[in-house]
Amino acid sequence: MRLLKLVPDNTNIGFLRWRNVAVGISLLMILGSIVLVGFRGLNFGVDFAGGLMMEVRFENAAKVDALRRTVNAAGEGASSIQTFGDANTVSIRLPLPPGDEAAVQVAVKRIQDAITADSPDAQFRRVETVSGKVSGELIQAGGLAILFAMIGISIYIWLRFEWQFGVGALFALVHDVAITMGFFAITQMEFDLNIVAAVLTIVGYSLNDTIVVYDRVRENLRKYRKMGITEILDLSLNETLPRTIVTSLTMIIALGTLVLFGGTVLFGFSVAMLLGIIIGTYSSIFIAAPILVWLGVGPSSFLAADSSAESRLRPQQRSERKG
Amino acid sequence: MLDFPKWKIWSIAATLLFGLYLAMPNFLPESVLRSAPDILPTKQLNLGLDLRGGSHLMLEATTDDVLKTKMEALEDLVRSELRVVEGGAVSYRDLSMGKDRLSLTITNPADLDRALAALRKVTQPAGGFGAVRDTDLSNNGTRLTLTATSDGVARAIDSAMAQAVEVIRRRIDELGTREPNIIRQGDTRIVVQVPGLQDPAALKALIGKTAKLEFKLVDVDADPVMLAEGRAPPGSQVLPVLEGGTLAVKRRAIISGDQLVDSQVSSDQNNQPAVSFRFDSTGGRRFAQATQANVGRPFAIILDGIVISAPRINEPILGGAGIISGSYTIATANELAILLRSGKLPVELKVIEERTVGPDLGADSIRAGAIASVLATVLVAVFMLVTYGRFGWYSVIALFLNGILVLGIMSGIGATLTLPGIAGFVLTIGAAVDANVLINERIREELRRGRAPISAVETGYREASRTIFDANVTNVIAAAIMFAFGSGPIKGFAVVLTLGIITSVFTAVTVTRLLAARWLRRTRPAALVL
Repeated sequence: MRLLKLVPDNTNIGFLRWRNVAVGISLLMILGSIVLVGFRGLNFGVDFAGGLMMEVRFENAAKVDALRRTVNAAGEGASSIQTFGDANTVSIRLPLPPGDEAAVQVAVKRIQDAITADSPDAQFRRVETVSGKVSGELIQAGGLAILFAMIGISIYIWLRFEWQFGVGALFALVHDVAITMGFFAITQMEFDLNIVAAVLTIVGYSLNDTIVVYDRVRENLRKYRKMGITEILDLSLNETLPRTIVTSLTMIIALGTLVLFGGTVLFGFSVAMLLGIIIGTYSSIFIAAPILVWLGVGPSSFLAADSSAESRLRPQQRSERKG
Repeated sequence: MLDFPKWKIWSIAATLLFGLYLAMPNFLPESVLRSAPDILPTKQLNLGLDLRGGSHLMLEATTDDVLKTKMEALEDLVRSELRVVEGGAVSYRDLSMGKDRLSLTITNPADLDRALAALRKVTQPAGGFGAVRDTDLSNNGTRLTLTATSDGVARAIDSAMAQAVEVIRRRIDELGTREPNIIRQGDTRIVVQVPGLQDPAALKALIGKTAKLEFKLVDVDADPVMLAEGRAPPGSQVLPVLEGGTLAVKRRAIISGDQLVDSQVSSDQNNQPAVSFRFDSTGGRRFAQATQANVGRPFAIILDGIVISAPRINEPILGGAGIISGSYTIATANELAILLRSGKLPVELKVIEERTVGPDLGADSIRAGAIASVLATVLVAVFMLVTYGRFGWYSVIALFLNGILVLGIMSGIGATLTLPGIAGFVLTIGAAVDANVLINERIREELRRGRAPISAVETGYREASRTIFDANVTNVIAAAIMFAFGSGPIKGFAVVLTLGIITSVFTAVTVTRLLAARWLRRTRPAALVL
């Protein structure tokens, strides 16, 4: 049986040639994302904005306009009503009503009563209310989680590799997280707790990819002492390219099924992950690797490590040459 | 690398079998599980509220209330202690209550020492040696001040919260729902999770009411003009009446709902729904005495600070039982009866977060999640087979075993599967496959460099293992942070991801290596198709 090879043997792409262009584009995208998040803002879901969210299903197609009048009459503040998944189901979002912590509960009751009075067939499939206090805590916890994950992982890489690799990984992470947030600012897709989980997973995955490349860079730095750093990086990227492609494809297959069949609740999460995988793969090749050149990584970077226990354990490695 | 010692093979097999053993209950129908012998596990996977439907409520106590109640109790205690002091009651004036302090002036300076002695008894910590006092006593001349200590406040809040959990549990049990989960969170919060609940409104109505029942005498001497202005004579207070208007009642309660032993729905003389109640023996005696002493006067039945009715005492009520009538329906009467039976909440609780999922949405989510998981697995499996042939098979087997292990461990430790958890599972498929991709690509590379099959496989596994380890540690770090900071569903995601990563390293590296090694030893192939 002939097996599928997505990347032909002895592929040799000069990735590093494009490093200035790639990093330039990336810097622009990061900057653009920051500006977008700053000015346009994220469309926070109830988790972070507070307020209430309801998913209501009717027996027939929902009359959104009539519903909006009903809800606006019953509640305080402007509601946002959209069909959700199919024509019979709508999602109703309402910002945090003024008043104390319990005000949002009062609003829910009034709106539910008003909707039921108009359409007795209304079925409340999901009701979420979050008070201002809780949403504030959730924002803080979510932000801290992303920050700590990025720092924690960078420290781990610094300990396992060298400081340049830690910095490179951290920058690649900032890149991935910023662009994902920028995507949510552009599309105004709802940004909620699930998306924070998605961003954290992207952080983990993107690193996974970066580490595979870095691991190979370290190996090749030890193997080919005379080779220049850009050649080493290109060689490492090309050697790991088949794995990068196959793994990214399986992730895209898995996440694609979640996007298409995972249901409405998981949709935003899956889209964020899918995007993150693509950006993460790109950043390991075009961001994390070139940074090593600028930070002055060279054959001497692992000299200290070479005389340590690790190299004594594997003396045969040094005599290997590409066959 | 091809030599797997016997003990290694056995421990790998044992691990996999144990996972299967733990996962088994999920594949058996309920009827089989009930009649299964004891050595078989019966724990099925716990589904989160987002999957099976139900309500998640986070309640927060208004702690100011706790302090206020504590200060009121302190006031009562101080008043009664000063009344029964040895050598005759001590008279005082200007009793004033602040947020956390109570001050009064002893009228006759000669009484000061006796008053101090009496009040020291009040501030004496319960629990003897080493106990911390709840209140401090100080005096500036004849002005005495009792201040609640921060320890005392913390303890009062703590015990009020513990009591609140019990009251809520009793109330929810009355609803007849299955396995509610009521947990304290932090200092002043309670999380209530009730699976499979259709109507959270009833739940919220039950939890949101304090249900403080009091009986107080109506102050018939109150000046109607003052009353209209919302002012009451000393020792009295103005309360709203359920049917409208206000009423002045004596501050001191004759008796409170704490002494109730039972409460049921019944009907009044007009055959309207009403709520009957019965006091315990001491409560009954006090109620009898109070009604005996006040025949002909009206008294107010007060629930949560609102006068429900103010009937005239026509004759002493000696049986220790009574009826509250008002404009009740059967449903509202039943709700009140439940509230009175389960006791009053020591603090007011407010719902600060609610997440309710209807059971059919949960079922839809499970269906969507299951379809996505199965489809993702099948597609990834096909992709692996097409790309890596025999070694692809090994990773598909590993993938399947990984699924069983995750399911088994989650059932065994009682972890909860949430909707994001399903997404975590799908991601684990990706991570598990990645390990095999790393290994297989490395073997391909080594083959290209001209290594013999066995040596190539050996080097491939060894070199890739280090990368796999480093790459997965970062994922575990991310998952651990999610677990530490995340709430509810995110935690579920983190649990599945962490478990999945750990088990996937085992199945994707160790198990496939065993399979590959056995095949290589058996056939000793001259060339490897990869």
